[in-house]
Amino acid sequence: MSVHSSISIIVMLIASLAAGIDIGGSAAGAPLQPGEEPLGESAFLEAFIATRPPGPATSVVAHDVPGDGGRQIAISWTRSRDDGAGDDDVVGYDILRSTQPGRGYLLIDEVPPGVESYVDTTATDGTTYYYIVRAKDDMQTVDSEPSGPAASRANWFRTRRLNMFIILVLFFSFVLTYIAQARRGKELFVRRIPGLTAVEEAIGRATEMGKPVLYVPGIGEIDNIMTVASLSILTHVAKITARYESPLLVPTARAVVMSAAEEVVKEAYLSVGKPDAYNPDNIRYLSDAQFAFAAAVNGIMLRERPAANLYMGAFWAESLLLAETGFEAGAIQVAGTAMVSQLPFFITACDYTLIGEELYAASAYLSREPKLLGSLKGSDLGKAFVMVAIIVGVIMETAVAFGVAPLTAIADIFRNFFYVAGQ
Amino acid sequence: MIRFFERLQSIDRRVVFLFVAICVVLPFLFPFRLPVAVGRSTRGLFDEIEGLPEGSIVMLAGDYSPDGMPELQPMTLAVYRHCFSRNLRVISVCLWPEGPPLVEAAHQQVAAEYGKEYGVDYVNLGYTTGGPNAMVEMGTSIPGLFPRDFYLTPVEELPLMRKISNFADIAFLVSISAGTPGTREWVQQVQSRFDVPMGAGVTAVSAPNFYPYMESGQLLGLLGGMAGAAEYEILIEQPGTAARGMDAQSAVHLLIILFVVLGNISYLLSRRRESEA
Amino acid sequence: MRREIPLIITFVAGFVQLVDFFVPHPLVANAASELRQWSVIVIAASIVLGIGNLLRIHLFERIPRRTAGWPYSIVLLAGMFAMMITGLVWGVGEGTPFNYLFRHLKVHLDMTMFALLAFFIASAAYRAFRVRNWEATLLLLAAVIVMLGRVPLGSLLTRGLPTALQLPVVTEWIMNVPNMIGFRGIMMGAAMGVMAMGLRIILGIERAYLGGE
Repeated sequence: MSVHSSISIIVMLIASLAAGIDIGGSAAGAPLQPGEEPLGESAFLEAFIATRPPGPATSVVAHDVPGDGGRQIAISWTRSRDDGAGDDDVVGYDILRSTQPGRGYLLIDEVPPGVESYVDTTATDGTTYYYIVRAKDDMQTVDSEPSGPAASRANWFRTRRLNMFIILVLFFSFVLTYIAQARRGKELFVRRIPGLTAVEEAIGRATEMGKPVLYVPGIGEIDNIMTVASLSILTHVAKITARYESPLLVPTARAVVMSAAEEVVKEAYLSVGKPDAYNPDNIRYLSDAQFAFAAAVNGIMLRERPAANLYMGAFWAESLLLAETGFEAGAIQVAGTAMVSQLPFFITACDYTLIGEELYAASAYLSREPKLLGSLKGSDLGKAFVMVAIIVGVIMETAVAFGVAPLTAIADIFRNFFYVAGQ
Repeated sequence: MIRFFERLQSIDRRVVFLFVAICVVLPFLFPFRLPVAVGRSTRGLFDEIEGLPEGSIVMLAGDYSPDGMPELQPMTLAVYRHCFSRNLRVISVCLWPEGPPLVEAAHQQVAAEYGKEYGVDYVNLGYTTGGPNAMVEMGTSIPGLFPRDFYLTPVEELPLMRKISNFADIAFLVSISAGTPGTREWVQQVQSRFDVPMGAGVTAVSAPNFYPYMESGQLLGLLGGMAGAAEYEILIEQPGTAARGMDAQSAVHLLIILFVVLGNISYLLSRRRESEA
Repeated sequence: MRREIPLIITFVAGFVQLVDFFVPHPLVANAASELRQWSVIVIAASIVLGIGNLLRIHLFERIPRRTAGWPYSIVLLAGMFAMMITGLVWGVGEGTPFNYLFRHLKVHLDMTMFALLAFFIASAAYRAFRVRNWEATLLLLAAVIVMLGRVPLGSLLTRGLPTALQLPVVTEWIMNVPNMIGFRGIMMGAAMGVMAMGLRIILGIERAYLGGE
């Protein structure tokens, strides 16, 4: 028996006597109750472990959380030797905090065993704190040495998002450069988007047939950028219908989108000099509920028989309900959405579909305004940047996987650069 | 025979509908109980929740309305059952106005099964508007955004809520969603901003949207539609409505394949006739 | 001025949220949080606009003018007011009339509409999946594999085959490899589009959504 354990036994004996625990036999304590077994050897060992205090948490370090909004101090420690090893009886740790070293420590939280760090989110910026981590087993607690002083402060930059900031600045500068070029009158080429040419044809046919045009701006809220893109397209659509004097029906699923659509359509009719042709009753709020909205729009399709159905914006499961009904009703249909899972439905049931970014490009394409075209060019450059990054990344990762050791460090830097960090 | 196939070219779609209806209804009346195999993404969600320490707080975002219930309610039920059986605590939030009563119905059903107490083991915070903005705001303060729960009780009166200030107190987030705001926004605004480990349950139609998030590790588990719900029910060993629905789904998928094949035969026949003519 | 004020508001609100992503300081964080709360309130309040629009069109147009299908307008308004009044008077919790209407009316109506999708998908699939050319044939094959692989029937049919050929495994491969490649491409392109659009909106270059040019 080692010296350490013999000392432990003595400590345990003293501790157990102090705690009033009966170790073996009934002589020293209360008489055994009927059916109660005297403590055997294993029970003895258990009582022994239970009464030995746990090893303390060690190397407690506290420091301000970098790049945060303040009020946070990170505490880390090395866990007790009896946590997951040794007697393995630590049930958790208490975190205590004080503004003076050596006294006045108050419990702020507790954490389960196995944990070696904690973030105090209740600090006052600028106040100096000291921390103690208290290891607990079922019976006893042992305090760690107090940590050094730590104070939280608010920062002006989230350092973990530096990579995103660089990429954002890069991307924005691409866009702004091309916008500036376009402003100076540089001719920019934009490929033809067949879906948008089809929009005009569809409206034309509706006019010939003397039937209305239906424009559904999706069921997204106004804070959905697809909805905003859709409203931009609506401006152009409204101008064409105003010129042709075809009725334009705009059912909406959100009240804010409805009032925005009213404004857009009214302005468009005004700008082509046909304010009288504008009918406010054609811009309707139907329902926020997805399928109530779908049912109502289907009703409009079957009652008012629009000859051209345009679905632009954010769509979910209602996409096919709308597009199939429109198909059955025999309308020309053009859809546009960046909701990837709805694209197959639209492609199946519509004559043309704007896919993903084409929706965002549409307003630039339709207005031909140089500033908007410039931004298209800019985002193309951004896309090229992403493509190159992906190819380079794939090559490096592949090389590392095949054991090209010198690349490991560069590949790590590259991978970390594209890591998206949280708060 | 050839005439039959030719007629198929211009079949009334209501005939197709009739067959679909038959294939949905019959398996419910006469179940044939095909065995359900559990996929990787379902197991991912199960393993994550299984691995949480007892007492951890799970947030469930029930962003769906009644239309999503057949697919999504079994998921909510299964996740609650799993959490309660493991003594995890659950708080629920909804960014869809129709969500809270659905979540509450599930809560009550499962809490009764496991003898859990409202306010201590689970809380329903109800609905808030604001979508993605509200999500980000929860990163600042959850009680700030939800000063009262679904029953209009001030949250400071609920013992469980006293432990929660923001996402730092949430061990795992499960987004059960039928659209927007939903899983996509939770991933973009919360998972990546606040580093909250997260899994999701979505409708089958939208499931393909979320595989990229699963592959990138932003979603640790994903239940896709009724099949996903059924798999989860099998994992927690409590088969429910979703597992029962799988027979109908098998039958309808088979029927659609049959129709596609028939449609193609008729298409090829008519094309051959055209080229002969 | 009518055009400038919205553009200024857009710029300030958008810029603060953008800065908030990179600057954790309470000065910015509080401002951004305040703005987010405003947006929550504004969107909630906008429901009044929606109700106003419904009343104008149905109560003051359709019903008095007896336009085609006007009785449906009565149903619509009755439904709206029934939910509104029961909710306001007795609350929305368990066991209230609102909850009763919700659970026994709205739930089933909504489910029915969603369930229609199964029928619509069947008819759309029947029409769309034709072996017109080899790409369409490939599409058809993939669809059949995924449809079978997603349900228990698929694993049952190919149980004896080596793992790599079992339908659920092939399905998972189709979904995770070729399908995801396409998805990711579209998503990234769209994300660029969103960023460019966002920048245009914040800077007031894109203003068509406000009406006019």
